[in-house]
Amino acid sequence: MKTFVRKLLGVGITVGLVSGFTAIAGKTALAWEPVKPIQFVVMAGKGGGADKLARLIQSIIEKHKLSPKPVTPINKPGGSGAEALVYMKNHKDADHAIMVTLNSFYTTPMRQPKLGVDPLTFAPIARMAEDTFVLWVHKDTGIKTVDEYVKAAKAAGNKWIMAGTGKASEDNLLADFLNAAYGLNMKYVPYKGGGKVAKQLAGKHANSTVNNPSEALGFYEAGTVVPLASFTDERLPMFKDTPTFKELGQDFVYYMQRSVVGAPGMSKDALAFYQGVFKKVYESTEWQTYIKKKSLQGDLLQGDALVTYWKRENEVHRKMLVKMGAIKG
Amino acid sequence: MELIGLLSDGFLVAFEPLNLGLIVLGVVVGLFVGAMPGLGSVNGVAILLPMTFLVPPASAIMFLAALYYGAMYGGAISSITLGIPGASTAVATTFDGRPLAMSGEADKALIAAALASFAGGTISIVLFTLFAPPLASVALDFGDPEIFSLMILAFATFVGLSGDDIAKTIFSICIGMVMSAIGFDIISGEPRLVLFDLIGFQSKINFLVLAIGIYGIGEMMWTIEVSRGDNMMSKVTVSVERVMNNLKIIWGTWKAWLMGSVLGFFVGILPAAGATPGSLMAYGVAKMTSREPHMFGKGAVEGVVAPEAANNAASTGSMLPMLTLGIPGSPTTAVLLGGMVIWGLQPGPRLFVTETDFVWGLIASLYAANLFAVIINIAFIPLFLWFLKTPFTILAPLIFVLSMVGGYASTERMFDVWLMLILGVGGYLLRKLDYPVAPAVLAIVLGPIAEPALRQSLLISGGDVMVFFNRPIAGPITIIALVLLFLPAFQLVWRRMRGKGQAAG
Repeated sequence: MKTFVRKLLGVGITVGLVSGFTAIAGKTALAWEPVKPIQFVVMAGKGGGADKLARLIQSIIEKHKLSPKPVTPINKPGGSGAEALVYMKNHKDADHAIMVTLNSFYTTPMRQPKLGVDPLTFAPIARMAEDTFVLWVHKDTGIKTVDEYVKAAKAAGNKWIMAGTGKASEDNLLADFLNAAYGLNMKYVPYKGGGKVAKQLAGKHANSTVNNPSEALGFYEAGTVVPLASFTDERLPMFKDTPTFKELGQDFVYYMQRSVVGAPGMSKDALAFYQGVFKKVYESTEWQTYIKKKSLQGDLLQGDALVTYWKRENEVHRKMLVKMGAIKG
Repeated sequence: MELIGLLSDGFLVAFEPLNLGLIVLGVVVGLFVGAMPGLGSVNGVAILLPMTFLVPPASAIMFLAALYYGAMYGGAISSITLGIPGASTAVATTFDGRPLAMSGEADKALIAAALASFAGGTISIVLFTLFAPPLASVALDFGDPEIFSLMILAFATFVGLSGDDIAKTIFSICIGMVMSAIGFDIISGEPRLVLFDLIGFQSKINFLVLAIGIYGIGEMMWTIEVSRGDNMMSKVTVSVERVMNNLKIIWGTWKAWLMGSVLGFFVGILPAAGATPGSLMAYGVAKMTSREPHMFGKGAVEGVVAPEAANNAASTGSMLPMLTLGIPGSPTTAVLLGGMVIWGLQPGPRLFVTETDFVWGLIASLYAANLFAVIINIAFIPLFLWFLKTPFTILAPLIFVLSMVGGYASTERMFDVWLMLILGVGGYLLRKLDYPVAPAVLAIVLGPIAEPALRQSLLISGGDVMVFFNRPIAGPITIIALVLLFLPAFQLVWRRMRGKGQAAG
C-alpha cells in the first residue's frame, strides 16, 4: 500500500513538474502574466473618491475577467499619499504592484522632499480620466453668476467661507486662484473628503465650494446647490448653461488626473500587460457610463504620452506651490 | 398611510426568494466577520462588494446591509467571550461583557447583547421608516460647532459622574488625545507627531490595532496575572432556569437599552460619527443614569445592553445620511456608497423619489435582517459557551494568536503588529497602576472627530469661542456638557460648605 502511494506521489510530482515547465515555457513564448494577486494601492482611505474608483476598476476587471489573478485594493492613506508613494518605491515585487493616483502624486513629493520619491520613475500604465472642478454656491444665496459671486464675496471679506478638501490640495489651489484673480479675501477651510465639503455647502456652513461634479451631484439634482462656472476648457455637457472661467476672461483651467501607475522598476513585459488590461477597462461600457455620469473628461493616455503629460503637470504644480508659498522655488 | 403602502411594497421585494436567501446569508457571514477580531463590517462589505455584480442592485445592497447588521451582532461575541473587540464598534461591549464572562456569566452577557442589538435595530428602523426625510435636514444643520459641542458632551459623560478617580480619568483621556493626534493633520496638511521618524507614524494609529492591543493583549496579561490560569469563565452552564432568570434581568435594564437605541440612532445619523462613538456615548450615559454606577466596568448588564443597542441603532442611522445626502455616516456606509455608485444609483436627496423600490426594499430588508440576526445569534450561543469551557491555558495562547492575526488583518502592516504589542503592554501597565483604560479609548475614537471640528469652527469664527454658545443647537449642548463636566467640582464645594456650616452650627 505504502509503495503504491509513493509511486502515485512520484507520478503526480513528475506530471506536475512537466506541466509546470510547459506552462512557464508557454507563457514566456506568449506574454507576461501575473503569477499572484496584484496589489492595487490606493493613496487615500476607504470610501474616498480614489478608493471608490479603485473598487470600480477592480469590479470591472473581475466582471470581464481581464486578469488571470485577482486585483486586491489596499489602502495606504497616510500623509497625503506619502505612505503609498514610499510603499510603492520600496516594493520588492514591482511587477505585481499598481496604484491609483491623484494630483498629490506630484505635490506630495515636492512638499516632502525627504521621501525621495520622483513621480516620473513610476511606470506609466494609463491615465483613465481627468476629473473636473466647478464653483458652487447654495441656491438660497440667490447668486447666479460669477459677477454676483465676486460682489457678494468682496462685501463679506474674510467672512466668506470657501470649504475644500485638505490644505495645499487641488481645492486650495483653486481658492487661491479665485482670491488672486478677483481680488477676494475668502477664508479657506479644509475638510477631509469631498463629500464632507459638499455637506458643508448644503447645510449653509460654508458659502462656496469648488467640488468635483461627482461630489456635488446629489445636491445639484435636488436643486440645493448651483454651479456658477467650471475650471475647464469647454462647457461640461452636464451643465450646458454654466460658463467656463475661460469664457469669463480668466485663463485658468485645472483638472485632477485619475491615473493608474506601476511601481518604479516594473518590467517592460509587465507594463505591457497592465496597459492592455487598462485599455480594456477604459473601453468597457461600465467605465464609459461612469465617466459620462460623473462629468469626467480626458482621453486614455498611456506610455510615453502619459510621461509627457506628467512632466507638464509636474511643472504646473511646482509653479503653483511656489506661488502659494508651500515650497521654495 | 402612504408610508404603509410603500413599506409593504418594500416587504414584497425583500421577501423574494433570492433576496431572502441573500439576507440570511449576509447575516451569517456578518456574524462571523464581526466575531473575527480584526475583521469588521468595513472589511466584510469592502471584500464582498465586487461579488454583488451577479445580482440586481437592490438585492446586492440588501445582502451587504444584512452583512453590516450581522457584523454588529457578531462583534459582541468575541468582545464577551475572548475579551478582544471583534470590531471597533464593539469596544464598549468589552468594558462590562468581559467582566461578566470572567465571573462565569458569559451566557447572561451574550443573551443581553443579542437582545439589546435586536431592540436597538428595531427601534432605529422604526424611527428611520417614519422620519427619514426630515431627519436628513437635521444632519445638515449639524455644522462644526455642533459636532464639537456634542463631542464635549461625550467626554463629559465619562468624566462628570464617574465614580473612578477623576484625576486618573483625565490623565487617561489625555493619553488617548495625544495618540489620536498622531498622523496627518487635515488643517495644516502636514504629518505630525511622526514618532522616531518612523514612516508608520505618518498615518494615524488604526483604532482596531489599539483596541486589540489594549483589550486582547493587555487584558489577557492582566487576567493571567490575577487568576494564574484558574478562572470562573469555564464554569458557565446552560439551563432553562438560568435563561429565564437572565431574561428577567435584561428586561429590567429597559432604560439603558431604550436610551442606547435612541442615542445611537441620532449619533449614527450625523456624518462623521458612526457606530463606535455612538456605542461609547451610550455607555457613558448609561453609567451616568444608572442607579449603580459603581458596578460599571465590573460586570453591569446595563453596560452591555446600552452600547450594543446603540451600535446597532447607529448602523441603521448611518444609512440615513448615506441615502438621503450621499454622505456616509460611518466607514462601512462609505464603502456601501461606493457600491451604489457602481450599481448606477445616485444617492442624494432625490433617491427617495426616483428609486422608491430600492429604498423601501432596503428598509424592509433591515427589518428582516434584524429578525434573522437575533434568531441565528441566539441559536449559536450554546456553541460559544461550549467554546468557553476550553481551559484558559489553551484559550490564552489562542487569544494571543487571534490578536496578532487581527492586528495584521486590519491594516496589513507588520508595523501595526509591533505597535499593537507595545500598546498591549502599555494597557497592562495602566491597568496595573489602576488607571481606567476606557476613557483613553474614548479619546482615541472621539479625538479625530472633535479636533478638526474645533479647529474648523474657530477658523470660521475667526477665533471666537462664542460660536459654541450662541448657536441654537450648539449652545444648549455645550452648556449641558460644561455643567456635567464641572459637576464633581460643584459637589465637592457644596459638601465642604455644608460640612463647614454643620461644624459652625
